[in-house]
This record gives sequence, C-alpha cells and structure tokens, in this order.
Amino acid sequence: MLSGKLKKIGLLTAYVMAIYIFIPNNAYAMHIMEGFLPFNWAAFWWIAMIPFVIAGVRSIKKTVTLHPSLKMLLGMAGAFAFVLSALKIPSVTGSSSHPTGVGLGTILFGPTAMTVLGMIVLIFQALLLAHGGITTLGANTFSMGIVGPFVSYGIYKGCKKLGAPLWLSVFLSATLGDLMTYITTSFQLGLAFPAASGGVMASTLKFMGIFAFTQLPLAISEGILTVLVINILSAYSQKELGFLGVFTGKELPIKKQGVKV
Amino acid sequence: MKSITRNGLLLTIVFVLTFAPLIARKAEFAGSDAQAEQAIGSLDVNYTPWFKPLWKPPSGEVESFLFALQAALGSGFVFYFIGYSKGKHSASKRDQQ
Repeated sequence: MLSGKLKKIGLLTAYVMAIYIFIPNNAYAMHIMEGFLPFNWAAFWWIAMIPFVIAGVRSIKKTVTLHPSLKMLLGMAGAFAFVLSALKIPSVTGSSSHPTGVGLGTILFGPTAMTVLGMIVLIFQALLLAHGGITTLGANTFSMGIVGPFVSYGIYKGCKKLGAPLWLSVFLSATLGDLMTYITTSFQLGLAFPAASGGVMASTLKFMGIFAFTQLPLAISEGILTVLVINILSAYSQKELGFLGVFTGKELPIKKQGVKV
Repeated sequence: MKSITRNGLLLTIVFVLTFAPLIARKAEFAGSDAQAEQAIGSLDVNYTPWFKPLWKPPSGEVESFLFALQAALGSGFVFYFIGYSKGKHSASKRDQQ
C-alpha cells in the first residue's frame, strides 16, 4: 500500500517536471467567453444541448419521486460542482483554470442529471460573473454538462465491469471527465475558428495544447477530491448510495443499518 | 490504513498539486480571457464578438467577492450535508445499541 503511494507520488513528480520542461508560459483555459462563438455555432450548441436538458429534468424527477430522501444528496452534488467551478486554481502551465466538479454527481445520479446541474452553475457564472456567457451557454453546457458527464459515466461503468476497486473507478471517471470537458471546448473553438492552414484539426490542436495541459493537474485534483467525498459518503450515507446502486454487494461494508428513518 | 490517514494523504496530494505551481514557477497565472481573445484573433483576424455580457462585475474586487461567495455557498452546503449525514449515522448507530 505504502510503496504504491510512493510510486504514485514519484509518477506525479515526474509528470510535473515533464510539464515544466515542455510547456511554454502563458496558456489559458476557461469556458468560452460571451460572444466568442459565431452565431451559427452558438445556435448549434444550444439546440444540441436541449434534448439532454429535457432528459436530465426527467431523470432528476424520477430519482426524486422514487427516493425523496435523495434530494439532499442531489443538492450536495450540485453544490460540489458549484464550489469546484468557482475555484480558479493555478496550474503548472503558468495560467489558471477551474475544475468542473460534475464527476461526483454523474457517478451518483447519472450523466443527464448533471447536464441540468452543470447548466445551472454555468448560468450563474454567465449572469453574475461575466464568466462564460449566455450565447455560449449551449457550447459550455455541451462540454461541461454533457460530454464530461457521459465520459465519466462510461469510464465509471467500464471500470466497475472490469472489477476495478471503487476508488480507482471514481478517480479515473472524475479525472478523465474533467479533462474531456476541456478537450471538447478545444474542439468547439477549433470548429468555429479553423486555421488558415491545417483547418479544424490544426486549430483544435492549438487550443488543446493550451486547454488540456493546464487542466491536467486540476483534473487530477478533482479526481482525488471526488474520491474523498465518495469515501465520506460511503462511511455515513450507505443507505442513499445503496439506493443509487453505487455499491455492488461486495464493496458494501457490512454494517447493518437497522433503523428506518 | 485508517480512513482519516487515507483522506489526509489524499488532501495533501491535492494541496501539493495546487500550490506547487505557485512556488515553482514565475508566471502570472492569468485566467486570461484576454489571451483567449488574442488566440481567436490570430486565427480569424476579422472576428468581433457579437454579444457582450449583460452585466460585468464593475471591478476585480467585486468579481472575486462573487467567486468567493459562490465557493462559500457551495462548500457550506457540502459540509452541512456531511455533518448532517454523520449525525444521522451516529444517531442510528446509538439507537441500535
């Protein structure tokens, strides 16, 4: 166990050093700013977002009607995304970005539920903080509330199927979901602003070099924090996690919870 | 490993990941929407944003206040929930005995 930890710390150090050597200064990474997608693309992502929002509202309604006691946990998942996306964290590339925090809710409530919660967070930031934007809400929701959560969900389910331990499934799911959010943002910008030579791919790669590397350490932090919260939840909220099917029998710590609340 | 040690270790890693760049690197750590504008400008010289934010925080102070408020509200609820769950958990354990 301890040697595994040391190995991980070693790997992290090597990664950080590699980043320092290879990545130049002054990268940036954030949501797409207000007005910075041409009208057609802004409209396209808005339309693409809508079916997922509808599915999300349905899925949340269903969860809450089936298990009213899960409302608080749902609020907590939203609050987690709310905090994490408020924290602009410095990254090794010399610029700052923020995690998305949607991995946790995805693992608990499924991907479309997080489309709705992610969108709410984005609306708040667009209206009150001039961060992101209303015209770019569709694109930003698509990356943070649709691609991110669906990737997280796929990885989480896949890892569990392969028999990976819960912490590893949660970590990979949250980390890669976070990373994919910003890779999607790069694609969205690349599609809207193809480079004169090399077209969409060239400019996507340009944006990706900027976005993805800044995001990497933050994504790892988000993965770790999500594992932490799941650890805490599995100690104190076993019943709720049981409703949500987070545990498959063998992981469930055997402690009878006789009292019905 | 005890869960408190384990969670403590995890937090330490996050702490290092977050603060190491500040110590190890001289940079502005700009969130830099301005730089994003530049990158787009270099790809499409004629692009002008066609929509402005409806409201902008009037100063950096107001903006950081709002970001801090967002973080405080969020973490407030997260920790309320954790405390609530913990209390419920130990109460139901006590009832069993």
